[in-house]
Amino acid sequence: MELDAHIPPGPIADKWDNHRFEMKLVAPQNRRKFDIIVVGTGLAGGSAAATLGEMGYNVKSFCFQDSPRRAHSIAAQGGINAAKNYKNDGDSVHRLFYDTIKGGDYRSREANVYRLAQISTQIIDQCVAQGVPFAREYGGLLDNRSFGGAQVSRTFYARGQTGQQLELGAYQALSRQIELGTVEMHPRTEMLDLVVSNGRAAGIVVRDLVTGEISSHSAHAVVLATGGYTNAFFLSTGAKGCNVTAIWRAHKKGAYFANPCYTQIHPTCIPVSGDYQSKLTLMSESLRNDGRVWASKTKGDRRKANEVPEGERDYFLERRYPAFGNLVPRDVASRAAKAVVDEGYGVGDLGNGVYLDFADAIHRLGRTTIEQRYGNLFDMYAKITGEDPYTVPMRIYPAPHYTMGGLWVDYNLMSNVPGLFVVGEANFSDHGANRLGASALMQGLADGYFVLPATITGDLAGQLNTQPLPTTDPCFQQAEAAVKEQINTFLTINGSRTPDWFHRKLGRTLWELCGMARNAAGLQQARKEIGALREEFWQDVRVLGEGESLNQSLEKAGRVADFFELGELICQDALAREESCGGHFREEHQTPEGEALRDDVNFAYVAAWEYAGKGELAKLHKEDLEFEYVHLAQRSYK
Amino acid sequence: MVSGSSPRAGMAAPVTTARRRHVSRAWIIEFYGSAIGKKAVMAITGIVLLGFVLVHMIGNLKLYYPNAERDLNEYSRWLRTVGEPALPYKGFLWLVRGGLIISFILHIHAATTLTLMNRRARPVKYQGGRSYAAADYAARTMRWSGVIVGLFLIFHLMDLTWGWRVVHPDFVRGQPYRNIWHSFSPERWPVSVVYIIANLLLGLHIYHGAWSLFQSLGWANPRFNSWRRGFAGAFAAAIVVGNVSFPIAVLSGLIDDPVQPKDTEAVAPATFEAPVWTPAGTGSTSRGL
Amino acid sequence: MNLNLTLKVWRQKGPADGGHFETYAAPNINDDMSFLEMLDVVNEELIAQGKEPIAFDHDCREGICGSCGFVINGRPHGPMKATTVCQLHMRNFHDGDAITIEPWRAAAFPVIKDLVVDRSTFDRIIGAGGFISAPTGAASDANLTLVPKATADLAFDAAACIGCGACVAGCPNGAAQLFTSAKVAHLNLLPQGQPERWSRVTSMVNTMEAYFGSCTNFRECEAVCPKEISIDFIAKMNRDFLQAKFRDRRKLVNAEAGEDAG
Repeated sequence: MELDAHIPPGPIADKWDNHRFEMKLVAPQNRRKFDIIVVGTGLAGGSAAATLGEMGYNVKSFCFQDSPRRAHSIAAQGGINAAKNYKNDGDSVHRLFYDTIKGGDYRSREANVYRLAQISTQIIDQCVAQGVPFAREYGGLLDNRSFGGAQVSRTFYARGQTGQQLELGAYQALSRQIELGTVEMHPRTEMLDLVVSNGRAAGIVVRDLVTGEISSHSAHAVVLATGGYTNAFFLSTGAKGCNVTAIWRAHKKGAYFANPCYTQIHPTCIPVSGDYQSKLTLMSESLRNDGRVWASKTKGDRRKANEVPEGERDYFLERRYPAFGNLVPRDVASRAAKAVVDEGYGVGDLGNGVYLDFADAIHRLGRTTIEQRYGNLFDMYAKITGEDPYTVPMRIYPAPHYTMGGLWVDYNLMSNVPGLFVVGEANFSDHGANRLGASALMQGLADGYFVLPATITGDLAGQLNTQPLPTTDPCFQQAEAAVKEQINTFLTINGSRTPDWFHRKLGRTLWELCGMARNAAGLQQARKEIGALREEFWQDVRVLGEGESLNQSLEKAGRVADFFELGELICQDALAREESCGGHFREEHQTPEGEALRDDVNFAYVAAWEYAGKGELAKLHKEDLEFEYVHLAQRSYK
Repeated sequence: MVSGSSPRAGMAAPVTTARRRHVSRAWIIEFYGSAIGKKAVMAITGIVLLGFVLVHMIGNLKLYYPNAERDLNEYSRWLRTVGEPALPYKGFLWLVRGGLIISFILHIHAATTLTLMNRRARPVKYQGGRSYAAADYAARTMRWSGVIVGLFLIFHLMDLTWGWRVVHPDFVRGQPYRNIWHSFSPERWPVSVVYIIANLLLGLHIYHGAWSLFQSLGWANPRFNSWRRGFAGAFAAAIVVGNVSFPIAVLSGLIDDPVQPKDTEAVAPATFEAPVWTPAGTGSTSRGL
Repeated sequence: MNLNLTLKVWRQKGPADGGHFETYAAPNINDDMSFLEMLDVVNEELIAQGKEPIAFDHDCREGICGSCGFVINGRPHGPMKATTVCQLHMRNFHDGDAITIEPWRAAAFPVIKDLVVDRSTFDRIIGAGGFISAPTGAASDANLTLVPKATADLAFDAAACIGCGACVAGCPNGAAQLFTSAKVAHLNLLPQGQPERWSRVTSMVNTMEAYFGSCTNFRECEAVCPKEISIDFIAKMNRDFLQAKFRDRRKLVNAEAGEDAG
């Protein structure tokens, strides 16, 4: 199958406008004739469901959490980018576009990213109208800050809880539609399969997590907004419930999985403290605006931070990247920290972190200013570690944070399966090989509020006067039977290990062999290990309880099973991509200074993988990336 | 289209039937029908009752006047005649009493219905016990202090207003000084004990209520929020100190014996103008109180 | 340092089950663990013994999603101020401690299983008016309406609510005043929220009162709130609600339509 991204013709600045004009519309009185399923209620899914409801479509929204408000978008701290240029510092749509392409290490689609930059300004307008309490200047205007090393101040923020406020804005808009009856909400409901009929997405099979009931829902279109798959690593900044199941099962039903190896490792997280660790906590990137990253110049130095004299400290980011210093992009900062720890210079009792030191900033700006800027983060750090970051430097280490890969979509956010749309982190579209700070919120909301409602309409216009497939159709019955069978299998294996035990082990393998730095031998070994572990899982997993009630072990088992298969695909993709770019760093491909070395001649493409059956290697489809407006260059932050 | 749809267990059922759909009801019913409306009514009636206990206490401070018996009895007579001739005899008093009765009834009715609502809102208590982080003793005992003070009020009325023989055999209508003095006399010490305990509970009730009313009426502002607690404490203290001092003063003999003849009560108000007793005991050491 | 603890945990199979406490030993608990990680360890051991693990809601484990929460030793979210159970660390307990764990108790939060309760009544309160009707695409430029910084900050303080339900769990009356008032205040403080101000508070309060108890100003909610939401917002909600009652009914038509829609 030829991958066609359906990028509209014409100058890049006019593509989206032209496309919206070219697309067919659905008249308001006809919209109620269409059923749309939206899975996930984060920024992308929540905003999409609300907007589609406002337009008059019949929407069914699903989330596994007990309330749509709790999707993990809520945990985003830093901010949301928009090319408003309110600070008059030279920002523009074109600059945001350019920065995002460059930040993504030239592995994203120009047309998509340009549209994202164009829409960014509307998002802020929309959110302010909804009552999102963004930070303000004393004069009542919106405040902006520079974020993640951007050289313009284009980031809008609401203290350290921007994601929370945007998520609540979308949730409130969604709640309004639920009350008005345009959206039917199904919380505590997990999607377990996609149903495809005659090549078109026809609906989904879900499990009610409270009663265990398996049911089917059909619609004219299915939208997946189920987030990223960082939890494949077990330890990540993702919520415990984040999983790949929805998009993975869609993948197994024919949707291509694009660039799975593009995983973002965030540089500033709290290091692991022990084997029991259940998740990692992000410390906002904004901390690097004032904190200085260092490690001891002595290997295995176990002195307390304050006992290491200035001359014996290695401010390695400032040393290696004099121009950007502590503000280099995430992938660069993460790899630098990893190198330091791998060489034995790590700090802390376990030697598994580096310092992020605020002593200079406190000295220069005063404790009060630092408190105002980062108070909540410092409190959180103190709660978790029991250390006071005002007097002792923070210990940080990179952790899996975001996945740029996801289901392949075209310019309309439709996957290669007609009628199946994928938005937000669940798709692969806009961030290339590395996502810039404050861009995830922007993309999720751009997709949900503006792009999808326009493009899904274009698709639905062709479906007018068709009925969704009845859920009594054999397609649904077969899918339900398969889901039930899998549940039954889990409940009857009665092995000796818990799903968490397997998940932890999978995570360790992925982290060590397919984490911040990868090489061919390691990736091959990882695939072998994961395959063996997967076999073991299906023989030896233990799930107690029953299927007809709330059963959290059962939920986990299903998710871990999918993570295994995904893990193998991540390694396959990482192995196939013989270059280093963004979050994907192949040790074989680096500059003499240890920086990522891209291969634009051979690898300037999107790797879209087609599921080829159980135990088979996935089949690669390439979508070549063409750059007409951005000049490809090696990223340099020196 | 959906297949299968069994109702999900564990969904919450409304705890009140008075849900929504009250658009067409009379304004006052709708207002009082809401819990916040009821709390506002409790706050406003609370203010009325606070005003009453304060004035009542201040009025009784005449016990410490040099001519306490004359002044107190005169004050009580004034309460009955104030507003004449525009108002009939006792007209003003009954207006006030009417306001107080309505306030009491509303205060108690609102408290009762809200308590029932709150019980329905938590049908299963914490099986492992509770540890309070902020709710103080006064707040947690409002219902009991309220009930006990209410019962005391009835006793107090029987004792010193209606003068029921069962409670107060020697009651003389129109002679509050004598009645107070007699009611708190040492041989009737249990009455004083009841009175003191009830007033301590009243103080507790006020300590929470006089703060709480600000919240219920939405009077919160950083300008005066820090004063609300102090106000409630000072108000409660004033009431308790004032009221509790009366039985103690009588018990400890700081209050002079009444000298007005017992039968003056029979005298018509008009003829009572002329003092028929001589103020005595002006040299008592209690005057400084 | 490692702790040896005794847990007394509420176990309840489902909504219809009566439920009871069970006691488990939790030996060798690392004091760097979070409370939920401690429960993870206990659960792994329970599964090994063939016993069903303790069900509890949790998700982000960063104290922001509001999923987690139960009563620890009689206090919602446990002994630490401004801390959700996922952020509560075991170093705040002592070796040999006996810890009692119980779900939120409220008629509006029926127990689904063990420590998991159904909080969908909160969603209903938001649906009744906890929003600004601003359909996508209709917004004017974000800087067109000025919002004084102090107002935005205050609105944020209210908007920080994570909807965990601790306020209801802590309230001796099972009231949801703090939760409801936080959303009312957030939106009613902002200029964008003014057109629906009176209908919002009326409709949200009506829905709230259908499920929850009434506020008698115990202040327990504020004390146990992991985000330290102030009861000043309850006063503000009361004021707005009472003021709405004194307004011309014709101007409250939205609220009344909203009421009928329910």
